[in-house]
Amino acid sequence: MINPYLPRPYTLLNITKETEIDYTFKVAYKGSLIGGQFMELSLPGVGEAPISISDFDETSLDMTIRKVGRLTDQIFELKPGDKIYMRGPYGNGFDLDQFKGKDLTVIAGGTGLAPVKNLIRHFIMHQEEVQSLEILLGFKTPQDILFGEEIKKWADQCPTYLTVDQRAEYWNGLTGLITKHVSLLNLENIKEKTAVVVGPPIMMKFMTLELLKQGFLEENIWVSFERKMSCGIGKCGHCKIDETYVCLEGPVFNYIKAKNLLD
Amino acid sequence: MGYRLTTTRFDKYLTNLSETFDIYAPVVQKGKGMYSDTEVVGYGKITCFDEIVFDKKSYYSPKEVFYPIRETLFYFLNDELKEAPLDIRPIILFVRPCDINGIMRLDTMFLENGGIKDYYYLRRRQLLKFIMIECTEGFDTCFCVSMGTNKTDQYDGVIRVQDEKILFDTDDEKLLTSALEENPKEVFTPRFIEENKVKVTIPEPDLVTKDVFEHEIWTEYTQRCIACGRCNTSCITCSCFTMQDVKSSDNDHLGERRRVWAGCHVDGFTDMAGGHSFRSKNGEKMRFKTMHKINDYYKRFGTHMCVGCGRCDDVCPEYISFSKCINKLNDIISEGGSND
Repeated sequence: MINPYLPRPYTLLNITKETEIDYTFKVAYKGSLIGGQFMELSLPGVGEAPISISDFDETSLDMTIRKVGRLTDQIFELKPGDKIYMRGPYGNGFDLDQFKGKDLTVIAGGTGLAPVKNLIRHFIMHQEEVQSLEILLGFKTPQDILFGEEIKKWADQCPTYLTVDQRAEYWNGLTGLITKHVSLLNLENIKEKTAVVVGPPIMMKFMTLELLKQGFLEENIWVSFERKMSCGIGKCGHCKIDETYVCLEGPVFNYIKAKNLLD
Repeated sequence: MGYRLTTTRFDKYLTNLSETFDIYAPVVQKGKGMYSDTEVVGYGKITCFDEIVFDKKSYYSPKEVFYPIRETLFYFLNDELKEAPLDIRPIILFVRPCDINGIMRLDTMFLENGGIKDYYYLRRRQLLKFIMIECTEGFDTCFCVSMGTNKTDQYDGVIRVQDEKILFDTDDEKLLTSALEENPKEVFTPRFIEENKVKVTIPEPDLVTKDVFEHEIWTEYTQRCIACGRCNTSCITCSCFTMQDVKSSDNDHLGERRRVWAGCHVDGFTDMAGGHSFRSKNGEKMRFKTMHKINDYYKRFGTHMCVGCGRCDDVCPEYISFSKCINKLNDIISEGGSND
């Protein structure tokens, strides 16, 4: 009998400071992963929480974590070489095949960029797999921008729009809420376009409404949900919405499904 | 088949079973009632027949016997994790048909949902045998007949108590002991309650639409419900839990991870680090629970979750009746479901 609740220790390889409160933790990991999946990450004695996998390769995975509570406060104290405990991966993640051959727009707000980073990176590296690729990103302030260096590289490869909510000093880029900038996207042939939208609940709500208003089809919009999860395996009940368990059938949902998931 | 026993003989049989099993049944728990010096009927370990309460419904469900309120999953010392050892003997549970059906609902959640078996639930559940208490009268708030949970064949033994006479039947080899077989045989077939005072009509699952989610029926519960979660803790089918880590107060490297019962009516159930949460109004919590019990569990698993034991009605300090809620909901839906 397998005990699914026992986490295993993994070695922390590297820590990158993205912002004052968001660090990316690189962990030694071998195993198959899908972008958008999550791990139950823990420090015994402190706590356990679901954290999305922001990127991965053959020997490691990245988790971009915001310092917002008891567990993450402690995780931010860790040093390379320290052990971190994980079980997973859980959830469906983004099925890349779903997006192949499409006109793909990835829209992410704040920490919502983490679960789609692998998806973006994959299609940046394999642009031949999609018809076209556009990226629209929004953060609160320039200081909140995640993966800043990488975003610059993406911008060399495909149309990439980066906005911050409020005007700021030393910021020459776009300002205003992300929903305001949908018009920058190539909206030709809109009924054929596919969008991935990930961000805080309020951003996803208004962004999907905006895309629909512009003419996107419901079945061409994908979102990823964030919920409290104590187990990741459909037992603890926290992430259930109607008959759907976000940890099992999600966190990535097509909008046709997502629009009917009322908390 | 079946046996007729006196209480003395039954006590002897229980003593005999106690060599292998811990036996749990509804018992009077003195001083555990809602007010000082009052008692409550809950599940406890028994050694003799007279301890078993047959004429009252247990205030709490039997789930705490095999799904502890707080359960240690593993201990840790520095980098070493050690799975918590199983701390129970095989268990015999005296239980009514509604609760047996309720335990089947828990089995579905812990052993089937998501395709992974819950290790900690299973290792206790495997040690469980049911002695069904024949229940033909029910109690004031029961609505098991409406839920179809008044009957079951998922028991290992069955007991009928009539005046001074006890009838007992089993075909389980662990329960068929010499202390039972030395009693006179008397054939009996278990009977089940055929009608409750309370009846509910469950709205057709497919007719429950978004309009119903937004219906003003739930605002009444925002005003009445105080989010105490008693309906969750007393429910035989509520299974939610939260992880809880603790450290030794004098050694930071020593501690344990537990899971503790959680309830969707209690504030904080959906809280995420960073401040997001859902269903802040108590009426929304009531709607969420109601839909799980009589709508979305059915859509997922093909049976309703609620077994109509009525404990949520018995324990609610605000006198909210779940059966009335179901019937009100059904009325609204049969009238078209919108606020107009």
